[in-house]
Amino acid sequence: MFRRLILAAALALATPAFAQERSITVASTTSTEQSGLFGHILPIFTRETGIAVRVVALGTGQALDVGRRGDADVVFVHDRVAEQRFVREGHGLERQHVMFNDFVIVGPEADPAGIAGSRDTAAALKRIAESRAPFISRGDRSGTHAAELRLWQQAGVDPASGRGVWYREIGQGMGPTLNTAAAQGAYAMTDRGTWLSFRNRQGLRIVVEGDARLFNQYGVMLVNPARHAHVKREDGQRFIDWIVSPAGQAAIAGYKINGEQLFFPNAAQAEPGA
Amino acid sequence: MVSLPAMNDLHSAFGQALGLVADGDATLGNIVLLSLRVSLTAVALAALVGLPLGALLAVARFPGRGGVVVALNALMGLPPVVAGLLIYLLLSRSGPLGPLGLLFTPTAMVIAQALLIAPILAALARQVLEAMWEEYAEQLRSFGAGPWRAVPTLLWDGRFALLTVLLAGFGRASAEVGAVMIVGGNIEGFTRVMTTAIALETSKGDLPLALALGMVLMAIVLTVNALAQGLRDIAARQAG
Amino acid sequence: MRAPEAILPLRAEGLGFSADGVAILKGIGLTIEAGRPTLVIGPNGAGKSVLLRLLHRLLPPTTGHVTWDGPAADPRRHQAMVFQRPVLLRRSVLANLRYPLALAGLDRAEQDRRAAEALALVGLAPLADRPARKLSGGEQQRLALARAAALRPEVLFLDEPCASLDPAATRAVEETLQALAARGTKLVMATHDLAQARRLAGDVAFLHRGRLLEHAPAARFFAAPATAEAAAFLRGELLW
Ligand SMILES: Nc1ncnc2c1ncn2[C@@H]1O[C@H](COP(=O)(O)OP(=O)(O)OP(=O)(O)O)[C@@H](O)[C@H]1O
Ligand SMILES: [Mg+2]
Repeated sequence: MFRRLILAAALALATPAFAQERSITVASTTSTEQSGLFGHILPIFTRETGIAVRVVALGTGQALDVGRRGDADVVFVHDRVAEQRFVREGHGLERQHVMFNDFVIVGPEADPAGIAGSRDTAAALKRIAESRAPFISRGDRSGTHAAELRLWQQAGVDPASGRGVWYREIGQGMGPTLNTAAAQGAYAMTDRGTWLSFRNRQGLRIVVEGDARLFNQYGVMLVNPARHAHVKREDGQRFIDWIVSPAGQAAIAGYKINGEQLFFPNAAQAEPGA
Repeated sequence: MVSLPAMNDLHSAFGQALGLVADGDATLGNIVLLSLRVSLTAVALAALVGLPLGALLAVARFPGRGGVVVALNALMGLPPVVAGLLIYLLLSRSGPLGPLGLLFTPTAMVIAQALLIAPILAALARQVLEAMWEEYAEQLRSFGAGPWRAVPTLLWDGRFALLTVLLAGFGRASAEVGAVMIVGGNIEGFTRVMTTAIALETSKGDLPLALALGMVLMAIVLTVNALAQGLRDIAARQAG
Repeated sequence: MRAPEAILPLRAEGLGFSADGVAILKGIGLTIEAGRPTLVIGPNGAGKSVLLRLLHRLLPPTTGHVTWDGPAADPRRHQAMVFQRPVLLRRSVLANLRYPLALAGLDRAEQDRRAAEALALVGLAPLADRPARKLSGGEQQRLALARAAALRPEVLFLDEPCASLDPAATRAVEETLQALAARGTKLVMATHDLAQARRLAGDVAFLHRGRLLEHAPAARFFAAPATAEAAAFLRGELLW
């Protein structure tokens, strides 16, 4: 009896494991995945080409590392400086603009720094530092983290001076950062897409938006097949070609939450020289 | 102010959990199936290595055995993230097993979980079987069976106790998120399992949905345990 | 029938055994010849069980040695032992009987033949498919005896095989033992039942506090013990 059970279990588990299909792996960011954008556009691509897209969603820094190690075919992230270095060092082929969205600064209802309604990010960040109001940072080398650090620099504030006091780096993704900000009544910077689909806001609301400095450019590139021979060059390129094509761009523009568009395609704009 | 929404969330999570199950949601179904498949395969794989190893440690006496036992017991506490990282570096295209192309696949998740639970199975099996060996040793030697021959005998005679060991391994495998997240990548429709889905919903701030998924996971683990226990009882009544 | 490869007589010379520096057996010199049963008697803790283990090579002697006659490469293949506390495998009665037979390299048909014969020998045939460890204490002891007998050893060591048997079962087992002895099996048996010893013994080895005080033909031993201790023991007056 027992012997037969063990046998049956072994047979059940040994059956041809996990179905194989034509697919590419895309290393991308939590913001694109969690905002639901991929859920909207990838089925369209797969329907047109028969290529399944497997998205591994990480911080931009980690996603570039995955590309560097050859563990993805395509990298789709948002940190132009890091992306350009990635290409320059020969890890990726030509980088292309895909779309942008924008960051917003969110904060508690009480707004202890008194910045609600501002359009000047630098001034707002300065106020936060001055009032020592708690600010939650991703602290995870992500594209958002890199953008946040640039904004502090532009504001002339060194947040490291408030580290552990009002400036709190949690080393996690966008969602956990917002969860923490909500729980602690703190400020945080987030991409609009994640914010719109984020549910656990408690008292959190947008306090700063619409500053040109908050724009967030996404780029896409093929992992260099000369470095990693197994990279699915053809299918990966097919994805890149599609996402910058009118069809792909229209799909991006068509993704809305509550009628609000999250990402703005701009592939037509040539990549400015590095 | 804090407790009210929390109560509401709990309430809505429970309702949502029931709703998810009642709807027979296909996406959820696939995630559940993958979770079961990955964890059960990992348990089977780990058992293949861990149980004989535990039995061997129970019967063998060699210099350094004490050290091996201590190391094994310590490995039970191997953090899933560390196991995941180890397998990640092995399976990465830039790693020694890169040519296999297994990273970000369910197979990678199976390997990581197997690595995680094999020491647990070995350590617990050793403990269970050592007590049995103490009782059996003289009789088996009288029959002319040495330690090598004793290993399969102990594994078979300890089958009911070992089932509990396997369930402990399954519990650990199906509850861990660190290892499968790293080596599986939480790819929707391909490597997303219950725990990584829960982590994802948590980070999206959809706490009720995350909690609901957690309840479904608990229900699955409970069902597997109940089934195993039931089969054990039936078999035990027949075989003693 | 088995004479050509006989391992008897068995000789123990200067045999001693210590555990943790405590001498348990000292300077045992003993020759066991083929023929009627040798009974090992003596008070609790005298060292009877340890002596049987030494002779059966389950324990390595601290001093002295045990030698067997004949060219047989592994004398243990010609021996079997029934322990004071029966050790039954967690399997059915039948599977318990088959286990040592399979180890001895007998084919399945022969295993079944001998198992059936052994079951009939001890009257357990109706219980063949029952879990062995759920048998009563007496039934377990009879099964252990049947299992050893099925090996058809030349020498059968028995450590108080009737210790927990009711009077009828004791008589039945005694008859079984007589039959085995008549078939040419040499029995070496420890017992506390003096009446039984009188009925079965060809010769008697009397142990007291780890020493062999007497080894004599049964008739002489019971009629005229040579030592004061043996005389006291037979009168039921010797304490350990
Ligand atoms: N492995 C061991 N380590 C330490 N002491 C032991 C060991 N085996 C036996 N002894 C001791 O040796 C002595 C003899 O034990 P043994 O079991 O041979 O006695 P026995 O004559 O069979 O007694 P009983 O009639 O109670 O069965 C006892 O005092 C026992 O405690
Ligand atoms: Mg004894």
